[in-house]
Amino acid sequence: MPNMRLTKLPAREQDPNIRNCNFEEVSQGYDEAMAVDEAKRCLNCKHKPCVSGCPVNVRIPEFIQLVIEEKFMEAYEVIRSTNALPAVCGRVCPQETQCEEKCVRGIKGEPVGIGRLERFVADYAMAHGAQPAKPLPDNGKKVAIVGSGPAGLTCAGDLRKLGYEVTIFEALHTPGGVLVYGIPEFRLPKQLVRDEIKTLEDIGVKIETNMVVGRSITLDELLNEEGYSAVFVGSGAGLPRFQCIPGENLNGVYSANEFLTRINLMKAYHFPEVDTPVQVGKNTAVVGGGNVAMDAARSAKRLGAENVYIVYRRGEAEMPARVEEVHHAKEEGIIFKMLTNPTEILGDENGHVKGMTCVEMELGEPDASGRRRPVVKAGSEHTIDVDTVVIAIGNSPNPLIKNTTPGLATEKWGGIIVDEATGKTSREHVYAGGDTVTGAATVILAMGAGKTAAQAIHEELSK
Amino acid sequence: MYRIVTKRPLHETVTLMEVEAPYIAKKAKPGQFIILRVDENGERVPLTVAGTDAARGTVTIIYQKVGYTTKRLDVLNEGDSILDFVGPLGVASHLDGMKKVAVIGGGLGVAIAYPQAKALHDMGAEVDVIVGFRNTDLMILMDELKAASTNLYVMTDDGSNGHKGFVTSALEEQLKAGKEYDHVIAIGPLVMMRAVCNITKQYNIPTVISMNPIMIDGTGMCGCCRVTVGGEMKFACVDGPDFDGFQVDWDEAIARGKMYRKEEAESLECKACNLQNVELQAKRGGN
Repeated sequence: MPNMRLTKLPAREQDPNIRNCNFEEVSQGYDEAMAVDEAKRCLNCKHKPCVSGCPVNVRIPEFIQLVIEEKFMEAYEVIRSTNALPAVCGRVCPQETQCEEKCVRGIKGEPVGIGRLERFVADYAMAHGAQPAKPLPDNGKKVAIVGSGPAGLTCAGDLRKLGYEVTIFEALHTPGGVLVYGIPEFRLPKQLVRDEIKTLEDIGVKIETNMVVGRSITLDELLNEEGYSAVFVGSGAGLPRFQCIPGENLNGVYSANEFLTRINLMKAYHFPEVDTPVQVGKNTAVVGGGNVAMDAARSAKRLGAENVYIVYRRGEAEMPARVEEVHHAKEEGIIFKMLTNPTEILGDENGHVKGMTCVEMELGEPDASGRRRPVVKAGSEHTIDVDTVVIAIGNSPNPLIKNTTPGLATEKWGGIIVDEATGKTSREHVYAGGDTVTGAATVILAMGAGKTAAQAIHEELSK
Repeated sequence: MYRIVTKRPLHETVTLMEVEAPYIAKKAKPGQFIILRVDENGERVPLTVAGTDAARGTVTIIYQKVGYTTKRLDVLNEGDSILDFVGPLGVASHLDGMKKVAVIGGGLGVAIAYPQAKALHDMGAEVDVIVGFRNTDLMILMDELKAASTNLYVMTDDGSNGHKGFVTSALEEQLKAGKEYDHVIAIGPLVMMRAVCNITKQYNIPTVISMNPIMIDGTGMCGCCRVTVGGEMKFACVDGPDFDGFQVDWDEAIARGKMYRKEEAESLECKACNLQNVELQAKRGGN
């Protein structure tokens, strides 16, 4: 008999007032008994609605049944057969709008904690020495992958398993893309990202760091001189947007990318033992309402800011951040200033931030995104006392590859144009996927795109 | 890992290194830069490419031992390796069409100005090189500059070489004497580049300057290197490092360059003994 409890079993968590002073992982997941207990809530539906909600089609009921039987390693193999980064997805996927949204148990009560179960299985398997997957015999064909973020890693893993010689070119000194420079340690431990990447290297995926495709080597050189039969571009959305208001170049103003890169990739929270500093003042404002804004705010708190504000021009219901992230941020003492929009950042005589002028907003009619459009409330201008500002209002695709690859068609805003069903671009043998195509989205959508492209590349090269 | 093939002190505080990096050596053009990271805890530091040897697969960098990272780098010797070395980054200088050019370099900027002067000279342009140092002891690349210039003017702050003054005084002297340049290229400290622009503006000579702001990734991802040019936000790493000197917001650039002064001092102070240890280890390893 399934466990008919209406609620998800909560995962173990660090206490909010302890964790907001450290960078260790907030959620500590399930233990074996908890996992089995939660797994028993699954009805093992014949029509598997959850699977259709997953961009990489993890065979969810199948792995959950194996959890009930305590066959955790077998459960891991089921997940891994379609998902190259299970431990990552179990942590950062927005399950509430994907698999769990479709879960029948969610009609009356809470859905099964699929994400928490996936995470448990992945952590269990990695701790108990999962064997590397067995790739098919080498087929003698080379594929190059640009970028080692979620899209690139997924595409690389799938193609390698099919027998291709796969090399990933990564611009930074460490592979992982947004998983290492963007998402903080307390949400996604970097050791785990390293472990996931190692499972790919163990099956023969090669990774060349410090290679900026478009500068160190071009797409055309990869195809024409280096002997690659196809290239997948998963270079991400690495071009920060700013508000275009006065004062954004003052000292103490960061893009979220810079702020998080200093902290996550460069480990600035260990400064001066490590060489990269980051400045976090007493009062920090983070402008934006997405997951990146939550990450920046929670990081600032951990670095000692007394007051951390989320400044967002719409209301809380319109925030693109996951409900869980907002909840965690509030628990940790982040102050939410909703319906507030900055109009100017003010500097002191040394060119450093000393305040931010904002206006209050009201919600009007829905705009193109379906969210109610914020309009300025008359006479609402006010100044908040801040000494650090982080702009987290989104990223555009990095133009480096577009600018150095003749004939590669892109949207006006920079996204590479692809055929959605295959990831094929306007250039022969060139595929693309992830944020460089969609603009900033989620890890799992990028992985789905990497998977689609891997399949299409395989079809093209098998002809 | 990127092996150091040559290490040569140019004077007490400035060192030249040739580093094995074949991809970069094949591609780098004057005006472009690399980013390096010395070791696992290291910061990412941009340095302009001072020369390349495609056949040997090496890239030349010249650095001044000012902060922790450059001092840490200087502990390494020939045969040692630098952990990360990536490039070429930035847009190469647009030198095409330049016929009569003054290339101006100040201090370490001379190392960056040299490849531009050489490229122009090799293209057949008439190149006046004007360089400035604090004193004769700090002069670098004199033979190279002589070979790459039509006229070479060397200034010292203290007059120890017999030509007292800044590069701007030498430039002004030439212009007042009726010398005509179709372009001026100025590379050095921000205040020097600004001073050059203030002069060339009066003579209406297009002036290209090279920004060297704080950077992290160097690929446009972080926006740390943003600079206001003509009222617009630009990223020096992907839009530059060369910009129209008349359009640059110098006050802002100067303020941004000072953002981490306190941390830079702290880093150096805190790790002074670490530096000594690494140095000791390096010496022991060498014996």
